[in-house]
Amino acid sequence: MRKEVPEVVVAVISPSKHENNWDTKFQGNVTGWFATLILFWVSGFVNAAVLPEDRTDALYHSFEGGGVKIQGPSILVRKSIKDTVSVSANYYIDNVSSASIDVVTTASAYTERRVEKSVGIDYLRDKTIMSLSYAQSDENDFAARSAHFNVSQDFFGDLTTLSLGYSQGWDTVGKRGEPDFAEETNRRHLRLGLSQILTKDSILGASFETITDEGFLNNPYRSVRYRDPGGQNGYSFQPEFYPSTRTSDAFAVRGMYYLPYRASVKLELKTFTDTWGIEADTAEIAYVHPYGDEWIFDAKIRSYSQNNADFYSDLFDRIDQQNFRARDKEMSTFTSQTIGLGVSYEKELPDWETLNKFVVHLSVDHIRFDFDNFRDLTVDAPAGTEPLYSFSANVIRFYVSIFY
Amino acid sequence: MNFPFKKFFRVALVAGGFILTGCSSLEPWVKPYERQNLADPIMAFSRAPASDNYLHHVHQAREGARGAEGSAGGGCGCN
Repeated sequence: MRKEVPEVVVAVISPSKHENNWDTKFQGNVTGWFATLILFWVSGFVNAAVLPEDRTDALYHSFEGGGVKIQGPSILVRKSIKDTVSVSANYYIDNVSSASIDVVTTASAYTERRVEKSVGIDYLRDKTIMSLSYAQSDENDFAARSAHFNVSQDFFGDLTTLSLGYSQGWDTVGKRGEPDFAEETNRRHLRLGLSQILTKDSILGASFETITDEGFLNNPYRSVRYRDPGGQNGYSFQPEFYPSTRTSDAFAVRGMYYLPYRASVKLELKTFTDTWGIEADTAEIAYVHPYGDEWIFDAKIRSYSQNNADFYSDLFDRIDQQNFRARDKEMSTFTSQTIGLGVSYEKELPDWETLNKFVVHLSVDHIRFDFDNFRDLTVDAPAGTEPLYSFSANVIRFYVSIFY
Repeated sequence: MNFPFKKFFRVALVAGGFILTGCSSLEPWVKPYERQNLADPIMAFSRAPASDNYLHHVHQAREGARGAEGSAGGGCGCN
């Protein structure tokens, strides 16, 4: 029997001894049911949910495309203490070298480093897992601090897992060359998740997350362009200006199905909307195919589309045309298509005392971005007649995981 | 106007009773011994948290959408 099993599944392999008495003890008794409901939330059952596995992951990640190269390592260490507590720590680096379309048309290419550190603790009590984590991210002109709380509960014979989460983030936005520039942003996340075993071969998950931002939400370096007969090619630039609040809602459903010949398919659909007028949809389908006991191959296709924010324009008619204005390509109308391939090699280590197994994994994602109303200003043409911008990027993930 | 606690409690109790009685007739339909396929690692939504979190970050930094990634974290907010 494999040692690695998903939380939801392990939960049900060890049924609760309390479940056996459940029906006979309280059936037909509303007060009893009510008391049981309270007991259910306070105490849960016995030994259903499990903590994440003890493991160390060493990841090398790379994103390259559109004039940007970002790469670096990420180390994640997780260790349980007794059977009820698991602690984790993550150290992550982004080495950024950027000469993106935004940078080369309105600023200068730059390099920088972002370092993110996080620690977390998970506490298991019967069928409930409570998780607390703290993360901090620093780069020369941006600092982010965030705290996260999650609680999840298995119930209904461990076919169902319900989770609830809250996060609070505090960002400080700076600006290179202006040491006195410091603006604050606060961020709040509320998450709801549901995982449901449908049949012996299929599982369904749904998640909802609402995020509220308040504060300085601009990118301090980016500009919008407007028609200016006196400017080169008939346009000039002025700083962008965003609203100081944003609230977004995202809802996703994802399902997995175990095929008759030991392989699986995953389907994920996500919809998004926010108070800036952006609406987005994502669809992803993935196929996982093991070969023998040691190899796992996977392939996926992902499609993403969004419309532009209400205050976005590639070319405003005049300076200060409106209060809020943006020309970030991430705020424009665009689509992206991804093809991803991955391979894993995993080896059990039955003769080792301290290690259970190791996994080596490599995946490559190729992403194509096509913008519908963001034009390529590196092409010398009259304002508004430049070709629409597009670019491709490759994302590489290579990691070694050790389980102990 | 005082809040009609008694009425509210009565309605809640009856409604709760209906819901809970309904639940009692619904039993888990996949037994523990039928979950071998679900326990296979190829059925995990996420096999490598560090790697998946990185990919979420890649998407969040380049797309207007955010949230509901299905993982426990909340992102660092560092686009």
